[in-house]
Amino acid sequence: MFHRLPRAAAGMALVLVLAGCSSSATPSPAAPTTTAMSGSVVMIPKQINNPYFDVAFKGAQSAATALGGTLTQVGPSAADATQQIPFIQTATTQGAKAIIVSADDANAIAPALKAAMSAGIKVVGYDSSPAVGAYNVFVNQADTAGIGKGLADMACDEAPSCTGEIAVLSAAQTATNQNAWIAAMQTTLAGSKYAGLKFDGVYYGNDDPTISTQQTQAMLAAHPNLKVIIAPTTVGIVAAAQVVTSQNLIGKVFVTGLGTPMGMQAFVKSGVSPEFALWNVTDLGYLAYAVAVDLVTGQIQGNPGDTFTVPSLNGGQPYTIGADSVVVLGPPFVFNSSNIDQYVASFGF
Amino acid sequence: MTEDPRPAGGPDALQPSPKVSVAAGGHSGSAMSRLLGSLAGAARLELFLVVILAFLIWWGIQLSRFFLTGPNFGFSIQAVMEISIMALAMTPIIITGEIDLSVESMVGLSSCVLGWLWASGVPLEAAIPIVLMVGVAGGLFNGVIVTRWGLPSLVVTLATYALFRGLGHVVLGSTVVSNFPAGFTNFGFGYVPGMFVPWTLLVFLLLALVTVAIVHWTWIGRQVFAAGKNKDAARYSGVRVGALKTALFAVSGLVAAFAGIILTSRTSTASPDNGLNMTLAVVTIVVLGGVDINGGKGTVPGVILAVFILATLKSALTQAGVSTDYQNVAIGLLLIVSVITPQLARLARGLLDRIRLGRSRSAPHSAPGDVIR
Repeated sequence: MFHRLPRAAAGMALVLVLAGCSSSATPSPAAPTTTAMSGSVVMIPKQINNPYFDVAFKGAQSAATALGGTLTQVGPSAADATQQIPFIQTATTQGAKAIIVSADDANAIAPALKAAMSAGIKVVGYDSSPAVGAYNVFVNQADTAGIGKGLADMACDEAPSCTGEIAVLSAAQTATNQNAWIAAMQTTLAGSKYAGLKFDGVYYGNDDPTISTQQTQAMLAAHPNLKVIIAPTTVGIVAAAQVVTSQNLIGKVFVTGLGTPMGMQAFVKSGVSPEFALWNVTDLGYLAYAVAVDLVTGQIQGNPGDTFTVPSLNGGQPYTIGADSVVVLGPPFVFNSSNIDQYVASFGF
Repeated sequence: MTEDPRPAGGPDALQPSPKVSVAAGGHSGSAMSRLLGSLAGAARLELFLVVILAFLIWWGIQLSRFFLTGPNFGFSIQAVMEISIMALAMTPIIITGEIDLSVESMVGLSSCVLGWLWASGVPLEAAIPIVLMVGVAGGLFNGVIVTRWGLPSLVVTLATYALFRGLGHVVLGSTVVSNFPAGFTNFGFGYVPGMFVPWTLLVFLLLALVTVAIVHWTWIGRQVFAAGKNKDAARYSGVRVGALKTALFAVSGLVAAFAGIILTSRTSTASPDNGLNMTLAVVTIVVLGGVDINGGKGTVPGVILAVFILATLKSALTQAGVSTDYQNVAIGLLLIVSVITPQLARLARGLLDRIRLGRSRSAPHSAPGDVIR
């Protein structure tokens, strides 16, 4: 009887893992279209249990229904580049037509992406850029310099008389997008208008709620006179706002950065976060998928100067691909108490 | 660590390897008892591991037609090479009854030192030996504190697990060094030309051969097992247990530093967060390979098989699109199964022997002075 144990145990593992299988890969059905797009597109976010990326995925799914092709989302459960690599490599060997990826680390995944491109797969970056040369097109959610200036301006608005100590709660240390925004913010802060703001440093929350909470607590303990916490990550901004609320610091410490309207609605109303910004994340996913389709069907090559239109975005106006093959979705929105309810209703996230 | 008075089957240094069955006189036990006795032996554990590996390969083929392809083999193996070489160095440490939790932090520290040296303009030919020496130094630090002051290695290496990673942050700060030359990164990410064999697999196979030779075919290995089974008896037999363990920790630090260099090469990034969560994977591989966590028993071939089992399992699950959370569930289950099965088999054999003894009460039984074979 006991020599059957290995087989029984392996069978048990098989059953349990298949149960896991069915809940993580969610394909959408292909739809007939005039652009003749077919084949599979794999979306690899920084991490898969992050609501921000789930919203982008829904946007990409609507695009898949409208434009054709099969979309699946796979990825690591933590924002770790070494865990993204196997998913990229698997998509390559499984013959995907395109990979849409948000990089946990621009350089770590570059060799795997370049191997995919050599195999004829189109690589579209979104949200966080892979290294230049490791993608065909990067869909930037908003202009980097614009986001940096926006973060600096919101910090200046929230600090009384634009004076006081400020600090940043970021995501992973290697995250391309956050690092670019923070650098742009620092450039803006050098201006004379912001002379009253004293920058206390960057803390890394790794897009993990627990770590973000701990880092915020550490930040507040290390800088008792802190006035504004800037969190350019939708996971971090919620964690920071919760810490400020639970430590009864409403009115003494303010939180701003990038957050989802629904996640931050209560904090806007309670005064923890009078202002924060974001963009239409659903549209970001939609645009990324549309760009992938255009690359696969040959309508664009991904070179600077290429133009293309996406019927339901940008009011029908064409997008132009800029330097380094970057295309920008549009300007960010600033949310505050006067418009938060309206945006929660219209964005749905 | 309590001494186990029953010598169990398996590569055992101080005694010839008997198969223990509670023998009644001339009987050596029923066939079922012999089979189960074998199951409890380490040699049969390796057969069990081969069965698991074969099953996983079959299952992977069912999941995806791309599973048994060269590229898939190549990158699935490449992904586990850092933790695999650390598992080779961890095996003798666990056999002696100690453990080294600080390996993942040494990976991070060595990556930071390498990045810092490179960013300061030191050429890689000089930087790499320096990094390896940092590894040896860290390992010696562990070893000296464990042996000289007699502190449990679990506690000491838990402290250095935090210390080394903290030192990494001090060395590199919050910057990340990414501009390594292609020749260097090709080692970690590249393949032997024309084949799907990663360079790092060749490194692993070489180290595996060396480890098998030392642990199973030399006097050093015998001393490792002796120290693991009963360190006082070993010391009285002339084994210099303290020096042996210190040397093993130093080797573990050296290998962890080397793994850090490989990881930095493969991801082309030197960062204090490199190597996070690797310790658990390393210990998992060692225990999956049949090494007893209490010390004294285990085989290196078992650990090598465990490396391939882990790589195959992760590959099959990734092909199926399973997220890393559920992959960890599967790995945990596999580990439990591999640890429980020999215990259950031993229990069952004991039960069956008792039943058989009860049935054959009238048969001649052993008298005082009989040798129990």
